[in-house]
Amino acid sequence: MVEQVSRHGCNSGLRWPLAMLVLCWIVAGPDRSVADEADKVFKPCANCHEIGPGARHRVGPHLDGLFGRTAGSLPDFRYSEGMRAAGAAGLVWDARTLSDYLEKPRDFIKGNRMSFRGMPDAQDRAALVSWLETATEQAPAADPAASGSDTDGLVRSFADIVLQIDGDPEYGEYLAGECVTCHQASGHADGIPSIVGLPKDYFVKSMFEYRTNVRSNEVMKLRVANLANDEIAALAAYFSSLEPQ
Amino acid sequence: MTRLTRRQFGLFAGASAAALTLPTYLRAQGKPRVVVIGGGAGGATAARYIAKDSDGAIDVTLIDQSEMYTTCFFSNLYVGGFRSLESITHSYDALQSGYGITKVTGRAASVDRAAKTVTMEDGSTVPYDRLVVAPGIDLVWDSVEGYSEELAEIAPHAWKAGKQTELLKARLDAIENGQQIIMVAPPNPYRCPPGPYERASMMAHVLKAKGLTDSKVIILDPKDKFSKQGVFQEGWDKHYPGMVEWYGPDVHGGIVSVDVNAGTVETDLDTFKGALLNIIPAQKAGAIASEAGLTDDSGFCPIMAESMRSTIDEAVFVIGDASIAGDMPKSAFSANSQAKVAAMNIRADLVDSKVFPAKYANTCWSLVETDDSIKVGAQYAPAEGKIASTQGFVSQTGEDAPLRKANYEESVGWYAGITADMFG
Repeated sequence: MVEQVSRHGCNSGLRWPLAMLVLCWIVAGPDRSVADEADKVFKPCANCHEIGPGARHRVGPHLDGLFGRTAGSLPDFRYSEGMRAAGAAGLVWDARTLSDYLEKPRDFIKGNRMSFRGMPDAQDRAALVSWLETATEQAPAADPAASGSDTDGLVRSFADIVLQIDGDPEYGEYLAGECVTCHQASGHADGIPSIVGLPKDYFVKSMFEYRTNVRSNEVMKLRVANLANDEIAALAAYFSSLEPQ
Repeated sequence: MTRLTRRQFGLFAGASAAALTLPTYLRAQGKPRVVVIGGGAGGATAARYIAKDSDGAIDVTLIDQSEMYTTCFFSNLYVGGFRSLESITHSYDALQSGYGITKVTGRAASVDRAAKTVTMEDGSTVPYDRLVVAPGIDLVWDSVEGYSEELAEIAPHAWKAGKQTELLKARLDAIENGQQIIMVAPPNPYRCPPGPYERASMMAHVLKAKGLTDSKVIILDPKDKFSKQGVFQEGWDKHYPGMVEWYGPDVHGGIVSVDVNAGTVETDLDTFKGALLNIIPAQKAGAIASEAGLTDDSGFCPIMAESMRSTIDEAVFVIGDASIAGDMPKSAFSANSQAKVAAMNIRADLVDSKVFPAKYANTCWSLVETDDSIKVGAQYAPAEGKIASTQGFVSQTGEDAPLRKANYEESVGWYAGITADMFG
């Protein structure tokens, strides 16, 4: 799953780094290292977050217009209770709050689902936050329903069928035995993304993105090819019911 | 731990005829008991899933001769210098503290299937209602003429992780430029089909990194083909030109014998001389499996494809390398997958939980060179009395570098995942 997700993230995540590259070229001449650095700094985030025109929610919410946004406030993203509560208590993302959050996300907002251990190094955080400040100054993301190719439509219609099925979480738990050999049941991610607590809709759509070759990881394509619709529904019901530890 | 000798068990059972009509676990006064022999990818996973999913309703004892477990999977990466031995060595502490599993450190010497007890090497016995046998493999020492358990101290097999792997690594690190390493690969079926070829890659990686490019690794194989052959050979040509040579039986004509002290392997074609011999003999189920009468003529244990239950004893499940799992390769991933099917059926036997249809999976990643990992995988399901492959994939030649690097990162993620799934 790593390969595809990162490729995915990069497709969209790269829109900005590419634009940055052009900017840097104009401002500072052909200094590849700056753009490379920026790309590198965002790379771990790009597995789950998109930035740039048309950015959509993935495992995490899109980051366009992040600075000044109240935590947990995008209406069409399913946040954890912890993240919503932090927003309700007045947390607004700026350079300082982001840096504090990114140091150790799990400690800063208890119960939040972001599967990232944190950046202990203050300089690394400063570099990322400063990069994010420029990169996320976007017009709000396009309405995901308005854009999209034929494949998106296909994925959507398959997913809608499965989302009508009332998945059996007990069956899902058994089937999940196959998933947790790689995707850790604790929600930790060490090279393979966490799928714990994924919203049903995102989970099901991802499955059909493997079916339709939008995602190309061979391991995942094989697993998904062997799942019937009621099994996908059962897995979605099970994983969406979990909270990361 | 309840200790009941065979004689006491007989007295106890004979004392009350009425007790005999009760289910075994009630007769045993208390919770049903599962004993798992072997704490690797199969055994540790089975113990954890039975304990976890039964919420304390089943008493689980895990027997393994080691205090800490060094995984055979990823041990080639230790040989190649990509991992430390510590990073592939795991404790059973969480299984005990977090899941209430009793860990018994020692060797299971025999099983009395009539009395349903396991006898330990020290003479103590452990009673069970269901037994999981997951001892992995043992080596058939005389399958390579001239080789023996004692001689493995000179010419390591390193097909069980730990001291043997350390010995192989130390010997590899002492190789000088121009010296040869001779590997004798095992015949089918054996643990980790791509393992010998990943190991040859890791050895070549170490030699190349030290500039010892006049040295080479020669693989003498009793098989005429091997797992992921095309992609391995492409990788060797690309990363280690002239440093890895593979000879099948159509070239060497047959492996006749080894002389460990002279450092030679005699084949029909020629006698090969190496500064390091890595002899990987033929394999069979771990000794306790045949001791318990659970093996057939193949040396491995026949099982029912729907459940991993032994076809010889319905109170026994055999999982992992020791089992005859149809099309599934002997791998940690397979053992972990089989363990979950067995655990589900054992819970159904003992506490009446639900049984879903068996599904099995495997994926094996092999590292060829830094950031160049290849993989093979398949799904399996019971069909016509065996576990049959339903669909699969294998890495292709000519794939781009980012994909191979992503494969490597995926394999590292898998290692973290499966070891968390095994050890809690």
